Formats: sequence, C-alpha cells, structure tokens
Amino acid sequence: MTDRQAPAIRAEDLRKEYGRKVAVRRLSLSVPVGTIFGFLGPNGAGKSTSIKMLLDLVRPTSGRATVLGAPAGDVETRRRIGFLPEHFRFYDWLTPPELLRLHGRLCGMSAVRLRERVPALLDLVGLTPHRDKRLWEFSKGMMQRAGLAQALVHEPDLVFLDEPTSGLDPMGRRLVRDIIRAERDRGATVFLNSHLLSEVEVTCDQVAFIRDGEIVASRDLRDDGSGRVGVVARVRNLSAHALAGLGAWTSDAALEGDELRFSVPSAIVLPDVLRHLVGAGADVSSFAPQRTSLEELFVRIVGEDRGL
Amino acid sequence: MGWATMAGVTIREAARKRLLWTALVVAVGFLVLFGLALHYQVQDFAARSTIPFLRYQIVSAMLMIGLYVVDLLAVLMTILTSVETISGEIASGTIQAIAIKPVPRWQLLCGKWVGSAVMVLAFVALTFGGTIVVAWWMGGVVPEHPLQGGLLVSLECLLALAVTFAAGTWFSTLTNGVLVLGLFGLAFMGGWLEQMSGFTESARLVTIGIVTSLIMPSEALWRRAVFEMQTPLAGALPFSPFATVSIPSATMIGYAVCYLLVALGVAVWHFHARDL
Ligand SMILES: Nc1ncnc2c1ncn2[C@@H]1O[C@H](COP(=O)(O)OP(=O)(O)OP(=O)(O)O)[C@@H](O)[C@H]1O
Ligand SMILES: [Mg+2]
Repeated sequence: MTDRQAPAIRAEDLRKEYGRKVAVRRLSLSVPVGTIFGFLGPNGAGKSTSIKMLLDLVRPTSGRATVLGAPAGDVETRRRIGFLPEHFRFYDWLTPPELLRLHGRLCGMSAVRLRERVPALLDLVGLTPHRDKRLWEFSKGMMQRAGLAQALVHEPDLVFLDEPTSGLDPMGRRLVRDIIRAERDRGATVFLNSHLLSEVEVTCDQVAFIRDGEIVASRDLRDDGSGRVGVVARVRNLSAHALAGLGAWTSDAALEGDELRFSVPSAIVLPDVLRHLVGAGADVSSFAPQRTSLEELFVRIVGEDRGL
Repeated sequence: MGWATMAGVTIREAARKRLLWTALVVAVGFLVLFGLALHYQVQDFAARSTIPFLRYQIVSAMLMIGLYVVDLLAVLMTILTSVETISGEIASGTIQAIAIKPVPRWQLLCGKWVGSAVMVLAFVALTFGGTIVVAWWMGGVVPEHPLQGGLLVSLECLLALAVTFAAGTWFSTLTNGVLVLGLFGLAFMGGWLEQMSGFTESARLVTIGIVTSLIMPSEALWRRAVFEMQTPLAGALPFSPFATVSIPSATMIGYAVCYLLVALGVAVWHFHARDL
C-alpha cells in the first residue's frame, strides 16, 4: 500500500434523495487499497444506500464516486468487485455449486477455473455437506454463507459486505472474520457494513461513523502506537519530585488519593513512564492504558438512541 | 456473453419450477381434446353422410375456433409467466447480486427477454402447429396461409412479452399483471366493436376500434392472422372472431412491430435508469 496508489474507493459529496427523504446527505470518503474498512452507524443512517451508490445499483442524486480508479458502475471494473447484499436473496432454485458457477460465469470466469474454485469455496464457507440441496431449503445463515461465497468466487480486488454476519452463529461469525482477514492478506480491499462493533473492532483497519446520511467521525484502528492514550494507575508513595518528573511525557498528570491519571501522545512511551515511576520509588499496583472501546466511541459519536 | 447466460438462466428457472412441464401438459391436453372433438365430428359426418363441401366448412370453422383458443391461451400464458420476471427480482433483491456483475443492464434485461421469448415461441409452435396438424390429419383441412398465421400469433405473444417487461420495470408484479391484462382486454373489446361496426355500419365504432388497436395492436394481429388463414366462406360469416369485416392493414402489422421494439426499448431504458 503506497501513497502513490489511488484509493480503492473515493466518494465526493455523494447524495441520495428518495422523494423528500434524504437517505445520504453528503458522503465523502477515501478507502486505501488493502484495508478493511468498517462503515458504522445506526439503523437508517444510510449505510446500505451508500454501498449501493458505490456499486451503481442506486444512482446518486448528486456527487461522484470512483471505485478501483474508474467511475462507479464502470462495466469492466465490476469484474474486480464482489458484493454480499444486505438482503442476501439469490435464485433459490439453484444448488450452491450452481449458484457459484452462475455468478462466476457472469464475472467472466472460465469453466476450468470454476471447476477448482467452486469446491474450494464451498469448503471454505462450510457448505460442502449441503452442496446438493436447493437454496430454498437453506436456513438464513446457510444462505448467507452461500452469499459470501458468491461475493468471493472471482477473487475480487474489492469486496462489499453489507452486514455479512447478521444471520450467522458464533462459528459462522468467526469464519467471516477469518475470511475477511484472508481477503486482506490476499491484497483485497474490504468494505464492511456492520452493527457488531466488537467484531468491527477486531477486524477493521479503519472505521467511519455515519449518522443521518453524513459521516460524523472516522478512526484508524491500527495505530496502537500513535494516538493519545489515557492511563489510570494506582500508585502509593509517589514523591512530588517524581510527579513533576512525569512532565517529560505529559502535561495533565493528576493525583487523587492514590489514583494517578494522565495521558500521553502515544502508547510507545508507556514503558518509559512506568520505569520512571518505579525508579522513583513509587509502589505501582496497577497501570492501565484506557483504550476507548468502539462501542463507547459509537455511543459518544452517534449519540444516544433518539428513536428512528 | 452475459445476455446468453441470462437467457439460459431464465429457461432453466422455468424448467426447475416445473413451468415447462406444466405448459407441456396443458398443450398436450388441449391438442388431445381438440383431436377428440374432430374425431367425433368426422364420425358424425360418416353417419349422416354429410356432403364434402359442408364437411370441409365445418372442420375449417372448428380449426379456426381451435386456433382462436390457442391464441388466447398463448397470450395469457405469456403475460402470466413473465409478469414477475423483472418486478419480482427487483422486489426480492435477487437482481442486486446480478446487476453488479460485469454485464451491462441492457444485456440482463434482453437476455431474460430472449429466454422468455424462446419458451413462448416453443409453446406457440407446439399448440398452433399441433392444432393445424391435428385438423389436417383428422379432418383433412389445411388453412390458407398457416405460416403467416403462426407468425402473426407469435408476434402477438412477443408483443405481450415486451409490454409486460416494460411495465415490470415500473410496477409491482400484481399491478403489472392488472395493467397488461387490462390493455389486452381493451384491445379485445376494441376488436369486437370494430367487427360489430361492419354489421351495424357505424363509422364511429370503426374509429373506436382503430384507436384501441393503436393503444394495443394485439387483437389487430389476430384479426389479420384470421384473414390470412381462413377459407372464403368462413370469412363471410358476418359476426364472429373469424369474420373479416374490417381487415387490419399491413401498416397495422408494421405498427405492431414498432410497438414491440419501442416497448422493449422503454424496458431497457427504464431498467437501466432506475434504482435496484
Ligand atoms: N428505496 C427507498 N425509498 C425510500 N426511502 C429509502 C429507500 N431506501 C432507503 N430509504 C431510506 O433511506 C434511509 C437510509 O436507508 P439505508 O438502508 O441506507 O440505512 P442503513 O444505514 O443501511 O440501515 P440499517 O442499519 O437498518 O440497514 C432510511 O431512512 C430509509 O428509510
Ligand atoms: Mg442497511
């Protein structure tokens, strides 16, 4: 992933109105190649509409989007894109291998390549035992697995997954997580819509929060070293001198009883801070960097549920 | 080619949902019934020693009735089986995973249309051709221009197909069905009114007939098919679906072809432009 490379997705002021209802107000985002991008927001925020605009399923009222360097919807570029829709409905009179072959063929895959790819993919999503069933016999989660396989059959460079785990059991969720990571390791970019923050937290490299059709915040989740980190420590016998010495790393150290709070610009310096405290003769019984969980962040950014 | 894949999928879907089999059973059932009726009629001829001229006219009339039913059946089947093709896929969302594939939307729609058209044409060939073969085999009667007749009936079905597809890009399945059946019902009514005008010599009824034929030229195609196929005497019966009081012109056929192409064009355009 180099800076010279064009982003996998770039949206500029995308807007979609349905009659008087504004589904997406002003969507601008840029997703670098090779990242797992999480798109978060409350129900009705405009996540699915945004994905559909990037896929040219829905025509924006205004604004522009480029996907893999071409205008959204470019027919040739679609060969390199996979999509699991939110309401994963496929021709249910097909068996899973037939479904994959159909979608592979539509993507221009050769019969030879499909012959090896289809069984491997069915195996990956755990549908091999059900390969002879019609999709109309499938449960929701099985259907979703078939849909996931469908989105990946042609080894796309960019995959859009609209709530890929909504119907899955815990094993299925873990499977999706592993598949998403494997896709990234392969070099693909993944655009993920989800409500499951804990999952997004462990899978995504970047997240953006959307509310009322507008991105209200975005975060890079990979930077464990950089980014401000708050620390809460339990410390006894902390001399005034040692407290003042913390000024080398922080300007907001505060001691209340034996609870010491401060924040540092980066987690990289934390070992040094701890060594300083211990070296100065303080008894440190706990030392806890406070990473705001995505859920806290979500609630803080998106606000309390005010009803839809 | 993407459209060929979609055409294949459309036919395969009909086969999987046992639509093809059911249609085949209906067609065969119809032909058996028709053949049985002719068989008894011919036996009666022998018992009553009817004169050959009259025999020929009666069998001809029965043939035209058979073909008329084939025409109605084929058009209704066309509408019924295609009414869900576009609107159903949009409503259920199955189109979404398909429409993002590297196949232009016009190919998706045209592929489905071609797949449906192949099945409709096969149905017409079986029932229309079957009826003519049965009449020839059992009654020794062959219509005047069976090929022209068959082509006109096929054109009528393809017209129904194109209109149903076009409406399907706008309306839900049920609304689509009501709309298209309504249009064809209108044309049906207009055709009868025009026939009646020949009887009552009312110029205003003729105008109504022509206007409805312009709104939906399906019935005009049938009346032209009758004109092409029938024996002179049957044509002289003044008031029947087989009467040729007011014969649709060749221009009307050209109009129907244009109508079909425009309907298909509208379907492609709107399917391309709309949100899925
Ligand atoms: N076809 C449509 N016609 C009218 N309004 C629509 C249409 N599709 C979506 N909307 C509206 O646009 C807004 C955004 O919908 P969207 O489906 O993008 O939300 P979402 O973020 O995906 O929600 P969820 O988390 O529930 O899936 C909603 O208020 C919805 O009511
Ligand atoms: Mg959604």
